[in-house]
Amino acid sequence: MINAEELKCKEVVGLVTEYLEAALLPMTQEQLEEHLARCPGCRDYLLQIQQTISMLRALAEESDFPETRQDLLRIFQTWKNTQQTP
Amino acid sequence: MSEQARQPGEAPKPIVIQQSPAGADFSAPPTSPEDLRLVEALRRGEEAAFVMLINQYHAPLLRLALLYVPDRTLAEEVVQDTWIGVLQGIHRFEARSSLKTWIFHILMNRARTHAQRESRSVPFSSLVDFDAEQTDGQPDADRFYPLDHPTRPGQWISFPPSWDDVPEDRLLSLETRGRIKQAIQMLPPSQREVITLRDIDGWSSDEVCALLSISSANQRVLLHRARAQVRRALERYLKEE
Repeated sequence: MINAEELKCKEVVGLVTEYLEAALLPMTQEQLEEHLARCPGCRDYLLQIQQTISMLRALAEESDFPETRQDLLRIFQTWKNTQQTP
Repeated sequence: MSEQARQPGEAPKPIVIQQSPAGADFSAPPTSPEDLRLVEALRRGEEAAFVMLINQYHAPLLRLALLYVPDRTLAEEVVQDTWIGVLQGIHRFEARSSLKTWIFHILMNRARTHAQRESRSVPFSSLVDFDAEQTDGQPDADRFYPLDHPTRPGQWISFPPSWDDVPEDRLLSLETRGRIKQAIQMLPPSQREVITLRDIDGWSSDEVCALLSISSANQRVLLHRARAQVRRALERYLKEE
């Protein structure tokens, strides 16, 4: 638990996800933002976590499945036919 | 915003902290009207509805399946099975959860069945010991002076090297992506699930908690550790020339 007035770098880094998830108590959030304002190392760390997240997000764009699509549509047609002839 | 004026003499209202009982704070997001329209269309046998679903969910389903079965062919099989399950079950869909959660639940079940058939031990967060609680110590803890250090308590030993000078090309390169995937693969299974769903597929925290049956606090811990590991792998890689 954080009890000191000022957050230490180590604590800030430990709270980064809660900060990004908006899950911190208002007071802790304030302390964290004060810390970030004066600490370039922690600012960089937070920025890198955010960059990491966007790089992860970019991985989602990689997927394509042209040949599977045909299989899936065949599955659908087969299912549809069984629906119509009960 | 909606602070109500208190009548003079009226006692201040006690602050009620909304807290759901343990284990009950992962309620699934509800079925949306859009979901219901899709379900209806699918029940009527409209191919367009099915195409819409596969466009939206096939790739993420495959990504998730790959966490549980060891190769792509098998993962494709699991996902195909899932789609068959979706079609066969669509008349029984009861709108108790979002369509997405329902579909992904089917995938998890199929993946489990496949894994058992292959008799490989496949880690599911629901079966595996909660690894976030077992490894104590926060990620990157070794980068700081201890909190009881006489002069620099809890401070960085040295700042993380900035990525400002790393060219954009490098950040977006195939090799960098490869490193990220590698880093994900090395994570404990439950962290891998959470970071894949949250950060790659962009799920909300509620959706992830509902699918994996974990509390939002656990979800955050897993996400935190996973992101820290991936960042660190990137730091290591980007330092290389």
